Amino acid sequence: VSESPSHDSNENTGPSPNTNANTRASSASNDSTNESLNPNTTARARDQALETSLLHRAERWKAAAARAQRLDREPATNLADATQMADDYRLLAHDLARARRLIPNTRTREYLEAAYVRAHATLYRKAWHPRSTLLTLFRDEIPAVVRWLTPHIAWATTIFILTVFAGYWMVHTYPDLIGLFASPDLIATVERGQLWTEGILNIVPSSVLSLQILTNNIVVSLFAYCAGFIFGLGTLYILGLNGLMLGAVFAFTSQHGLGAALFRFIVAHGCVEISVMCLSGAAGAAVGEALIRPAHGNRMESFRIAALRSGKLLIACAVLLVGSGLIEGYISPRAVFPLWARLAIGIGYWIFMIALLRGWLFHRPAPAFPASTPAASGAMIHTQPATPFPTNPPTSRSPKHPGV
Amino acid sequence: VNNARDLVVDSVTGVDLALPVAGPGARSYAFLIDWLIRAILFTAWYGVAALIYNRRWTFIAPLNPDAKWFVLVVTPAATMYFLYHFVLEIAMHGRTPGKRMAGIHIVTREGGSPGVGALLTRNVFRLVDTLPLLYGVGLVATLATRDHVRVGDMAAGTLLVYERRDIGLPEPTTTGASSARALRSSDAEIVTELLQRWPNLESEARERLATAILSRHSPDAAALPRHDADLRAQLEGLLRGHLT
Repeated sequence: VSESPSHDSNENTGPSPNTNANTRASSASNDSTNESLNPNTTARARDQALETSLLHRAERWKAAAARAQRLDREPATNLADATQMADDYRLLAHDLARARRLIPNTRTREYLEAAYVRAHATLYRKAWHPRSTLLTLFRDEIPAVVRWLTPHIAWATTIFILTVFAGYWMVHTYPDLIGLFASPDLIATVERGQLWTEGILNIVPSSVLSLQILTNNIVVSLFAYCAGFIFGLGTLYILGLNGLMLGAVFAFTSQHGLGAALFRFIVAHGCVEISVMCLSGAAGAAVGEALIRPAHGNRMESFRIAALRSGKLLIACAVLLVGSGLIEGYISPRAVFPLWARLAIGIGYWIFMIALLRGWLFHRPAPAFPASTPAASGAMIHTQPATPFPTNPPTSRSPKHPGV
Repeated sequence: VNNARDLVVDSVTGVDLALPVAGPGARSYAFLIDWLIRAILFTAWYGVAALIYNRRWTFIAPLNPDAKWFVLVVTPAATMYFLYHFVLEIAMHGRTPGKRMAGIHIVTREGGSPGVGALLTRNVFRLVDTLPLLYGVGLVATLATRDHVRVGDMAAGTLLVYERRDIGLPEPTTTGASSARALRSSDAEIVTELLQRWPNLESEARERLATAILSRHSPDAAALPRHDADLRAQLEGLLRGHLT
């Protein structure tokens, strides 16, 4: 006999009103039984029996709650324990359903609620495999995000380039406007015929400089991403401001014959740094677009999906900015590095960035099934590499496949 | 907790989970405790490390700080302060000391513990939530949204719910029960179904079934009634025996 909750559907159903002659005869012979056997009495009696039997399972609940608590703290190392956890979950669910109906305002029901919630959380907690998670992230998920964000990256790059030109044109045409983009100290230094980067290592050591630069750049990138929350306007502002500043400073240094020196300083780290700015802007733009025109479900659901997806790209951006910061601290300010070396480093690091974003740096395992088998077997087998995102993301709130 | 909205999560078992959603009060309380802990950690590390670095009774940074100052003093203190939430939320499955004291924890919309990606996103969006100052955006968002979530929670698909406190299970009320009291739920269901179907069953079939059930609960099988009506009465008595 199964003790499934489905049996409860009949719990309030009394004896069938259809009675045949045989029943009437037997009922007539026992009036006292007929009086006591009314639907309410039977249902009440049955509920009482169910309640009694429910309370007899207390030791099993305690064991289930203890197991859930233990497995919440430590991973399941034994298969029997893990499968028992799944059985416990069903047991608690079944008994909780009965307790909610039979004894709703009791401590027993509260206890079962707590035990069930804990078992659910333990059962649905994702396994902690940092190495494989990181490998999957960099090999599969980030390249997929980059493919998804390709139009956004193109637009962010276009906006950035346009604002660079705009900044250059503004300061080239109206030199006084440099005051909008650069500090008085920087302006004074350039007007003396020097770049502000010269002799910087005499004041700040390379390690400190790298740390400051990479921290600042990572924060700016994160801001460009998060600012997408303001319907993309914040991202647009950060992208535009940085583009204008770069163009304006280039125009200003060029007017004082320092354009080539600035290019020489920037080229080693700037290729990746500027690209990362565009990538963060693209991630922020995707977040903004999700709010402006939701693609999945409602606006909040669309925002959540876009933020979680594009956020993965920010991890790659942060890693790349660490490298950029080190180059900017250790290579860019040192005059000993010739232009060709700087160009080689800049372009080489940029190619590394492309390889990282495309997932080329990591070995991809062969598909599990040969491509020729579907015709032979008649089965539909997907030979393409698994994409981390379904075409139509699930909108259901309910987890359908529990795992330990 | 009484007036809190519940997050109702469907489950494969068909029995939903009800998780009471934490409001702005509990969230703020947890945040303040966490902020105090962070501030104490930051100050303690900075103070001790600065004293060791300076080798005299001063906490002031040197005029031209070297790498050692940043590596020994600034970076660890800043890391403790800024990565406090992210690291502890991962390590403690969506909890921090402040949240634990406030009796709340982070869950996904499915009621489970959030993954690293969700926690990272949630914490990155603090950049927005802290604007313009003192978590202004975050506070307004928690007050204005139905689930009392800040922007970071919206982005990560998470929310804060109250922990269900560990409550003791009361002792069973049935002690020294009769056979009727010990009637298992499965048997109770069978007896009820048999009684419901009694009029529609052949007399032989119902007698056989009734005898089989009653023999499990009667010490003397030979004393079982033979008559149809008596069997039925005995079944009814078995079902409501504990009421008397």
